[in-house]
Amino acid sequence: MADVVATHETIVVVGGGISGMTAAVEAAETGKNVILLERAPSLGGRVSQLYKYFPKLCHPTCGMEINLRRLRGNKRIKVLTQAEVRKIEGRAGDYKLSVTLHPRYVNENCTACGACGEAVSAEIPNPFDYGMSHMKAAYLPSLMAYPQRYVIDPSILGTADAEKAKAACKYSAVDLDMKPETITLSAGAVVWATGWRPYDAAKIQPYGYDRFANVITSVEFERLSDPRGPTAGRIVRPSDGKEARNVAFIQCAGSRDRNHLKHCSRICCMASLKQTTYMRERFGDEAQSTVYYIDIRAIDRFEDFYQKVQADPTVRFLKSKVANITEDEATGDVILHGVDTEGYHRYDNRHDLCVLAVGMEPSVDVRSIADVRVDASGFIELGPTDGGIFGAGCAANALDVNRSVQSATASVLRAVQVVNRVAKAEG
Amino acid sequence: MGDINTAMAEQYRNNFLKEVEANVEEGQWVKMCMQCGVCSGSCPLGPAWEHPPQEIFMMIRAGRRDEVLKSESMWMCTSCYNCIVRCPRELPITHIMHGLANYAHRLGLAPKMNPTRRFAKKFWNNLAKSGRVNEIELSAGLYFMDGFKTGIARAWAMKDIGIGMLKAKRLNPFGFVTHKGCKDKKGIHRMLKKAREIEDRRKGFAA
Ligand SMILES: Cc1cc2nc3c(=O)[nH]c(=O)nc-3n(C[C@H](O)[C@H](O)[C@H](O)COP(=O)(O)OP(=O)(O)OC[C@H]3O[C@@H](n4cnc5c(N)ncnc54)[C@H](O)[C@@H]3O)c2cc1C
Ligand code: SF4
Ligand code: SF4
Ligand code: SF4
Ligand code: SF4
Repeated sequence: MADVVATHETIVVVGGGISGMTAAVEAAETGKNVILLERAPSLGGRVSQLYKYFPKLCHPTCGMEINLRRLRGNKRIKVLTQAEVRKIEGRAGDYKLSVTLHPRYVNENCTACGACGEAVSAEIPNPFDYGMSHMKAAYLPSLMAYPQRYVIDPSILGTADAEKAKAACKYSAVDLDMKPETITLSAGAVVWATGWRPYDAAKIQPYGYDRFANVITSVEFERLSDPRGPTAGRIVRPSDGKEARNVAFIQCAGSRDRNHLKHCSRICCMASLKQTTYMRERFGDEAQSTVYYIDIRAIDRFEDFYQKVQADPTVRFLKSKVANITEDEATGDVILHGVDTEGYHRYDNRHDLCVLAVGMEPSVDVRSIADVRVDASGFIELGPTDGGIFGAGCAANALDVNRSVQSATASVLRAVQVVNRVAKAEG
Repeated sequence: MGDINTAMAEQYRNNFLKEVEANVEEGQWVKMCMQCGVCSGSCPLGPAWEHPPQEIFMMIRAGRRDEVLKSESMWMCTSCYNCIVRCPRELPITHIMHGLANYAHRLGLAPKMNPTRRFAKKFWNNLAKSGRVNEIELSAGLYFMDGFKTGIARAWAMKDIGIGMLKAKRLNPFGFVTHKGCKDKKGIHRMLKKAREIEDRRKGFAA
């Protein structure tokens, strides 16, 4: 990686989701040199795993495409994938980042022709589909993957499969001798955009995510609805593959709960409202969506979206946080138990499938890596005034795409100021 | 007792929530309830409650003093703690239920014939007398509290358990005569009296 040049005036962006990509592009467009570090083998983050995104219900590929074009066209941005930041030391204007580069076992010669994937027989769970599908152990992370380069999973190293992949490649792109490397980068300022991860639904014991096949999470439902997802867009039950026409959405699954995440994850009300539109799209008037909620938080202009969904007769709103779920073993149906707040009626409602609108938590414990201030939930807060590490997007708060992008822009402005200060001091 | 009730109703006029906060154990938590419904849905005795905990909390805020304090509902709580474990706001629901029941009892508003209240009274009197529960006396008192005939029927229905307890030495059959209680009974009585005085003073019950 001798070609990576980083100085005190470089801005390093950590995390290549929508926030990190935005930050990298905007910092570079102000004339700064940027290094974008992404832990996964390709950019895009969790937005690329959505079927559509609110409020306009466009496909994520569209927004991604625009960002990628800006990114590829900019000479000032250097992208490193499979790059994981271990430690940040120093101070504003003078940081040292220790970064581990994990081997891909495929070099720049790769044309993504796919021959290695065909040659290999081992299969591994596909993280892009949250493990709901399997893929070959030589793979392209997703259709939209950037860079468009295959990855060989370390699990097949030393097996006949690895040799088969190597033999199948006509471009000498497979390099099984690659080793992990640790490099040190200099930076004047850092934009930390490592995003979020879904709260572990199995911890919400009364909902039985780990016990009942037909209790899934909202992120899994996105994949289930996507024509390029594990079921080719058929909304079916994991237990028996039957169409799930009668679906329950449980809000605040793990959020606003002192036993789990204390904060409101802010996007999950809108995510469930959006997902009821997937139901209507698939099943028309036959769809039956029931949203169990404490209160619906459709912030500012999203109110319109909420009103549209409310007007849909296939969508029912039930004001109640579900107490617990049981399973009818004979049919695989899930039965939701609780008491509603509007009249205190006890219910035991049967559904084909239950979707938990899981909360967002920070994807990494940033405090073990850098000296930054975080809030009670671990999201980065604005540090002391002389700090040069700035949180962006869901590393800083539970945010939707629009607000993540705003937050990224704000952090870039701060980072640029730090770097300008350094430049001035150095003359 | 009725006098305390009038005094309290007067002092906290139109603000039952404040009254609960001041006088009911853990009452200051009531305002933290966000009306999600998890406690009511989680209560194993839920279907038997006229007003489940969530509704009681709303009724308190709505100032429905008489309905709450005269209710049988909070007397249904068996202290299983399911609600506390699950409440997203960590309200000590069980304790509030007992606190409300106790307060209603102090004011003389609790339903007279409520079986839990009657048992609790018997238990307390039994315990306070000697500082240690006399089990045979308590069980007998409980079975026979509605008269001799029902008492015999109840005792008969429970006889297998009773014999089992005797065999396991969990019940002293001669307890009516041999129950000793604690050493310094007078001291215990003094202590309980003092505690009651302190509580009454703190809550403004003292005359
Ligand atoms: C069910 C669901 C549906 C949603 N639907 C919508 C919607 O319709 N519309 C909308 O606006 N928003 C939606 N959101 C919110 C949206 O997903 C987020 O706003 C968005 O993902 C935030 O982007 P980000 O770049 O901040 O984080 P991420 O998308 O999480 O990206 C972070 C990136 O950082 C990388 N990374 C993590 N750790 C490291 C590390 N240590 N080193 C280097 N890189 C690292 C990750 O691999 C990832 O690529 C939804 C969320 C959920 C849960
Ligand atoms: S590694 Fe080789 S065989 Fe595999 S996709 Fe790339 S070019 Fe094709
Ligand atoms: S956005 Fe809605 S579902 Fe998500 S935590 Fe907040 S209130 Fe609950
Ligand atoms: S579970 Fe807690 S917050 Fe929810 S209704 Fe009951 S007391 Fe209120
Ligand atoms: S502790 Fe009392 S109120 Fe709470 S769930 Fe158990 S019986 Fe119901």
